[in-house]
Amino acid sequence: MTEQNMRNFSINFGPQHPAAHGVLRLVLELDGEVVERVDPHIGLLHRGTEKLMEARTYLQNVPYFDRLDYCGPMSQEHSFVLAIEKLLGVTVPRRAQLIRVLYAEMTRILSHMLNVTTQAMDVGALTPPVWGFEEREKIMVFYERASGARMHANYFRPGGVAKDLPPALIADIGAWLDPFLKLMDDLEALFVENRIFKQRNADIGVLTAEECWKWGFSGPVLRGSGVAWDLRRAQPYECYEEMEFDIPVGKHGDCYDRQVVRLEEMRQSVRIMRQCVEKLSLAENQGPVLVPDHKITPPRRAAMKQSMESLIHHFKLFTEGFRTPEGEVYVATEAPKGEFGVYLVSDGTDKPYKCKIRAPGFAHLQGMDLLCRNHMLADVSAILGAQDIVFGEVDR
Amino acid sequence: MQITAAIKSLFLKEFFGAFFLAFRYMLKPKPTINYPHEKNPQSPRYRGEHALRRYPNGEERCIACKLCEAICPAQAITIEAEPRGNDGTRRTTRYDIDMVKCIYCGFCQEACPVDAIVEGPNAEFATETREELYYDKQRLLDNGAMWEREIARNIAADAPYR
Repeated sequence: MTEQNMRNFSINFGPQHPAAHGVLRLVLELDGEVVERVDPHIGLLHRGTEKLMEARTYLQNVPYFDRLDYCGPMSQEHSFVLAIEKLLGVTVPRRAQLIRVLYAEMTRILSHMLNVTTQAMDVGALTPPVWGFEEREKIMVFYERASGARMHANYFRPGGVAKDLPPALIADIGAWLDPFLKLMDDLEALFVENRIFKQRNADIGVLTAEECWKWGFSGPVLRGSGVAWDLRRAQPYECYEEMEFDIPVGKHGDCYDRQVVRLEEMRQSVRIMRQCVEKLSLAENQGPVLVPDHKITPPRRAAMKQSMESLIHHFKLFTEGFRTPEGEVYVATEAPKGEFGVYLVSDGTDKPYKCKIRAPGFAHLQGMDLLCRNHMLADVSAILGAQDIVFGEVDR
Repeated sequence: MQITAAIKSLFLKEFFGAFFLAFRYMLKPKPTINYPHEKNPQSPRYRGEHALRRYPNGEERCIACKLCEAICPAQAITIEAEPRGNDGTRRTTRYDIDMVKCIYCGFCQEACPVDAIVEGPNAEFATETREELYYDKQRLLDNGAMWEREIARNIAADAPYR
């Protein structure tokens, strides 16, 4: 064939490819086996969440946030309820704050455990996901015991959390932490030093700190490039200020560093969870888990059955909901994947006028072209896995 | 330092270490369960298949206040109501839940002032056709009759936290 007739070869990666992490379609332009251009096609999981939210009350919108990043449901709820609370200007009771932080960190382990182990599977290791999923199962049981659902928890509420944790559950979470750290040691011995894992990940998809800032990357991707930026530390919300934890950072900004950062973050989450469990059993941290203002939160069931006023509050809240003052707020939390922000515009009614969701996965996905260019085809799945993309939040 | 690293690399230290570690795990007790015959324990808060309950004297609990219909984020519940012929109390003539639309958020049971609609402990209601998942009032009441013992136990266990 003459030189003029040669052209690059285009292939579709996904939407049914098992390494595409959901319903991503990448149109790859290949020169031999080298990727020349990556064109992500998104929208296959678009459900119109932001628009649907405009027709629902604030309370009704909470379950929608579970379904954004379905690998770490409660972190999304966290941003949303914090945004509502900022609009309303209420402070959450201390016990609710501790429970929220406890479950937010549990969610971080849930998400990172899925990501790190399946990324290892993408590059050839089949045992890590089997070990990791066993721990995820235990976390899901904790989810179920607190909220009633294993994934789509709907547990955080504007003004607190839905129900208090039974003491037995807090004790079980405390007892789970040490065996989990033991499993983390084993998991790291299993694949972190492994030469195949290193060959597939080290120096693949290198990002400098500047590129990360420019492209709006956050979370472990940013920290893997050596920036100690963590919203829990930079703009502490809830009771993160009093928690002791370290922010792991990478050195090289490659896929390997991102995964190692995630592994270390899980250990730090265990540290935070341990502090929460200790504090939750202290006498001074007992008490209500919802703000006592019944214009915002439903009254307790016993009160609702006895007092007429409580019953009226109950009916008003579950039909009309509560009204928020006019205004705009932006609240971002450190979700497992990065900065998950909620920009809420209120026109003074019981429904959000507009809610913009800033999903970290969306920003990470737009960097695919930057990251994959001049890499081999086989590296695409490694890079995609290390970016930690979940389609629920990208397509919304 | 580099020599030790080279020796470790030459003798595939990390490879054999992981191999023996995995072998040790192979001899551990299995964490998996034999599913339809064995099941994991459930908490009293579990949100599964819906049921409409009755009072111990056999009277329907539901008073057609339509709070569940109002709060349902997926708009999966449809209720029609009118005064009942024999005693004039307000009752539902139609209570449908579209189990395909339902997102199992649990708001209906939270909203219900008389504990009539609940999400019971059953999660095994897969069907072969979509039509079977459009539950009507009779189906929900039958569920309530079938699961009443478990539902009542769960509500009692969770009462201090509600």
